[in-house]
Amino acid sequence: MKYAYYPGCSLETSGAAYDVSTRAVANLLNLHLVELDDWNCCGATEFFSQDELTASAVVARNLALVGPDFDQLVAPCTACYLNLKKTDHLMRGDKKMSDKINEALAAGGLNHQAGRVQVRHLLDVIHADVGEAAIRDKVVRPLNGLKVACYYGCQMVRPFNDVDDSEQPTKLDDVLAWLEAEPTHFSAKAYCCGGHMTQISEPQAFELIRRILQNAADGGADMIACLCPMCQLNLDAYQSRVNRHFHADFRMPVVYFTQLMGLAFGVERKKLGFGKEIVAAGPVLERKLRTLQQVG
Amino acid sequence: MIAMPTDQRGMAFLDEVIEEVPGGERLLHCLQCGSCSGSCPNGPDMDYTPRSIFALIAAGQREKVLSSNTMWCCVSCYACTTRCPQNIPITDVMYALKRISLREGMATGTDAPALAKTFTGLLERYGRSFELGLASRYYLFNKPLSMLKMGPLGFSMFTRGRMSLTPTRIRQLDQLHAIIEKARQLGGAT
Ligand code: SF4
Ligand code: SF4
Repeated sequence: MKYAYYPGCSLETSGAAYDVSTRAVANLLNLHLVELDDWNCCGATEFFSQDELTASAVVARNLALVGPDFDQLVAPCTACYLNLKKTDHLMRGDKKMSDKINEALAAGGLNHQAGRVQVRHLLDVIHADVGEAAIRDKVVRPLNGLKVACYYGCQMVRPFNDVDDSEQPTKLDDVLAWLEAEPTHFSAKAYCCGGHMTQISEPQAFELIRRILQNAADGGADMIACLCPMCQLNLDAYQSRVNRHFHADFRMPVVYFTQLMGLAFGVERKKLGFGKEIVAAGPVLERKLRTLQQVG
Repeated sequence: MIAMPTDQRGMAFLDEVIEEVPGGERLLHCLQCGSCSGSCPNGPDMDYTPRSIFALIAAGQREKVLSSNTMWCCVSCYACTTRCPQNIPITDVMYALKRISLREGMATGTDAPALAKTFTGLLERYGRSFELGLASRYYLFNKPLSMLKMGPLGFSMFTRGRMSLTPTRIRQLDQLHAIIEKARQLGGAT
């Protein structure tokens, strides 16, 4: 199984643990992820707030860079995923816009034929293309006893509603169950993490983060598994600020689902980016997973 | 008959918004049911909730809408969009309102436009960007005091190798610039 891989800017820095764990897990699962050569930033939500045509052309450059040997482009970041998918969708539905975008691309010697490349989120590829049997087959260190709140956030499930349910999605819960972890009841699983609001209006963002942490804690979760670097950043790096703001005492590690997959597949923790999270996951993992105390 | 306020091009505000959004004609079908406002996590902080904004747009209240903080509170969670019984692309309408408001210089009282400009500035300079570097740069240039408050957070991100000082630069930056320049000529704003 061969895919073009679009890591996105966050995975180069703040979300590096997502990138290393994705590559480690993909190797073991025979998912051949080939990084898109010279990809550019997708513009997040910021570019679309300023100029739609330019924002779309910037995104489309990435679609145009996907070589003829590939027909699928995989993105682990949900914001990148949505921008890539939305732009292709826009071009398919709006001929005039599509022509303008291609005219802009032509100035750089490129062209994108809308619909040629299918944009996929990493979780969808792992759930649908790899699937239960192949994943269970790789588990050498089952995660029994680990209670995980599976957090999806917004942009993988909305607005397209095609990969999973837009309000109560289940695919990440499935994957965690295949690793023999215990997905908890977590009704806030597709609530908004606040996005860039942490950088604009903190009190507003803090309340959004609080309700997610609270709901995960109420469901008895040991940690949160997430699938987006922005969500991870908000829930993890801002957790102590949220505690201070609300006089709360959350100590909820937030890790990427690919890190937990790697762990269950027997990969060493430091090769999966563990330790980069601000709220340490190590102590909880060691307490819950007895096998970890003997190995690494 | 009540005269509808219009923009410089003599176009009713509702039409102006519709023209700016792919699928914007759906706005004509708003039922004022309020599902969007009830779904919005940021509703309480908005000057007008999404439902009220659509009523104001229909009433031609251009200035009220464009100078409000509503669209700048929107974080693109799409909760409203998937719940709207009339399939109105609400999140895209919010993006459109941001663009019109920026163009008209009516975005005041919010830091969101500064953040957006800093972010796209980085993108144009390097072809890449990043989250926290973006924050530090943003805070450095716009809000030195917030940067100080952020200190320990930035520090712990840095020591964990999660923050760098500049983004990586793409190889074919000239190509990206040519695309951006052409797109702007073709009708994008600057
Ligand atoms: S949910 Fe849709 S129909 Fe209902 S008020 Fe909002 S925009 Fe109008
Ligand atoms: S997309 Fe924006 S307006 Fe709609 S519910 Fe989310 S924050 Fe509110």
